[in-house]
Amino acid sequence: MYRYDEFDHTFVQARVAELRDQVERRLAGEITEDQFKPLRLMNGVYLQLHAYMLRVAIPYGTLSGRQMRMLAHIARTYDKGYGHFTTRQNIQYNWPALADIPAILDDLARVEMHAIQTSGNCIRNVTADHFAGAAADEVADPRPYAEILRQWSSVHPEFSYLPRKFKIAITGAERDRAAIQVHDIGLHLKKDASGTLGFAVYVGGGQGRTPMIAKKIRDFLPEADLLAYCTAILRVYNLNGRRDNKYKARIKILVHETGTAELTRQVEAEFAHLKDGELTLPEADIRAIEAYFAPPALVARPEGDAAVTQARLDSRGFADWLGQNVTTHRHADYAAVTISLKGIGEVPGDATDTQMDAVADIAEAYGFDEIRVSHEQNLILPHVARADLKAVYDRLVEIGLATANSNLISDIIACPGLDYCALANARSIPVAQDISRRFASLERQREIGELKLKISGCINACGHHHVGHIGILGVEKKGAELYQITLGGSGDENTSIGEIVGRGFPPEELTDAIETIVDTYLALRLDGSERFIDAYRRLGAAPFKEALYAGEAKAA
Amino acid sequence: MKVLTANRLIDGEVVWYGTGDAWIELIDGARIARDKAGEEMLQALGKAALADNLVVDVDLIDVEQQDGRIVPTRLRERIRAAGPTNHLHHGKQARPDFAPAA
Ligand code: SF4
Repeated sequence: MYRYDEFDHTFVQARVAELRDQVERRLAGEITEDQFKPLRLMNGVYLQLHAYMLRVAIPYGTLSGRQMRMLAHIARTYDKGYGHFTTRQNIQYNWPALADIPAILDDLARVEMHAIQTSGNCIRNVTADHFAGAAADEVADPRPYAEILRQWSSVHPEFSYLPRKFKIAITGAERDRAAIQVHDIGLHLKKDASGTLGFAVYVGGGQGRTPMIAKKIRDFLPEADLLAYCTAILRVYNLNGRRDNKYKARIKILVHETGTAELTRQVEAEFAHLKDGELTLPEADIRAIEAYFAPPALVARPEGDAAVTQARLDSRGFADWLGQNVTTHRHADYAAVTISLKGIGEVPGDATDTQMDAVADIAEAYGFDEIRVSHEQNLILPHVARADLKAVYDRLVEIGLATANSNLISDIIACPGLDYCALANARSIPVAQDISRRFASLERQREIGELKLKISGCINACGHHHVGHIGILGVEKKGAELYQITLGGSGDENTSIGEIVGRGFPPEELTDAIETIVDTYLALRLDGSERFIDAYRRLGAAPFKEALYAGEAKAA
Repeated sequence: MKVLTANRLIDGEVVWYGTGDAWIELIDGARIARDKAGEEMLQALGKAALADNLVVDVDLIDVEQQDGRIVPTRLRERIRAAGPTNHLHHGKQARPDFAPAA
């Protein structure tokens, strides 16, 4: 894991001291809300419906046990005993008092964490594949590059006041688990024919009001040119991105309005000035950062196979969990474990202080002290010996986090929605809870197979509904909640934006509608191996529309 | 019919401007504006409280009276007045002195 050096420590502590002073002056009435608001936002402090909200960055979703324990401590001491893990691999606290924020940031700084650049029109937390460093299909760990980007983008003077926020995601595998094509910049780390590392570069993806799939503007960028090329992209955007209209200010609109060819030309022209200059990454520096992410010493644990086989026979629950939440590791004796934060009827992404503490303990005991937060709002233990899986499972059962539903219909992404969010039009969480309860049976969920259901409480799409196989968008119509359903979205290497299937549904009809969609799929799929998304791509929307609305048309 | 709401500066707590001329933590005692003049007066009070750094996000919201209780028209404001619907033990609704609107 990356460790702060002296510079990082000093920098973060100075920022905490600065905010402490700003908060004191605000509480003393020396600065107005108009003056203070941009300052607090630069430090991740929002005002939501019920209280302030603090968004803490978890760089590329990687945490140690010590850090997780501090997140638990903050939840317990300053909040109401829980935190919400988000689609940006961050954590949000829903109830901190403004007066306590400096103390919270002090605590975070102690474990090398902060909330800087979790808001504002700057480069936000760089997100990465949550299986990075563990995935069997990975070319190389993408996190060293994410860390390089983090260092480069932190309080970058040129890019602190962009036209709008800017999000970068990176994956090191063909299989895209970081949804890079719906980010402002998406980086796919790969090797060329000679075995040299570099990136395919995607630009201008995004969700929100105007969802767009990113365009690939470079098939192979040598790793040394990463910062020069990103700087070129940011410069073109900073100069030409629209500042006249907030809704047209993201780089996706610039790419769309400029055209991919012309935008690529502009980026390449800027890059030509920067190439081989001071932004070129020295080989030694890349390798030095890489060393921080050196994989743990995975000793051979060949007894795992027998242990797993026996445990499967002994425990049906373990067998289910193994089948659903355990992923192949590049080392045959190890596995990556998904800890589902989607217990049936629970709030997607929420974890209590006790659960966070326990996950930290488990990671330290069995997981080489590494934890990840996935953009799907789950936690990951990337390196667990197969021989220890049963012990990990048993511990997870004790804390209620052993739900075997990874990638199934109840593994729902849901944003905070109208229960917390000041921008929301409708609630997301109760919708997720109701659908989860309806499909509670694991047997039924497995019969349905992989199905990504994603819910946002407004068009900002924090719940990634545009790329849900089934997406749900909450809107407000005549003062009441109404939910639009989109179908066919996908946030992987075959990214697609879901299409609105028809008129929306009031809350009391929504879960039935979802069930109708699922039943239609089950009736029409070729066989159990045809996933929902594949069936939708083959069939199109027509049979789903028919199932949802045909009665209506006849009645009309 | 409108009432004046805001979040308290120091801790973000949802508050309303009360009949007793103070910011209160439960909507029941909120001062109701029934006409333009009443609204303007509330608005002026809100502006002053913002300037005094007592509250932030000051807003005049629509309410109705149901069985003598003040009930906000919008769901958003009803959720602010009670707390998150997924955590009934958090927010105003968890207080012993909270009486849910029917
Ligand atoms: S999608 Fe909308 S409602 Fe949901 S968290 Fe984002 S801004 Fe809030």
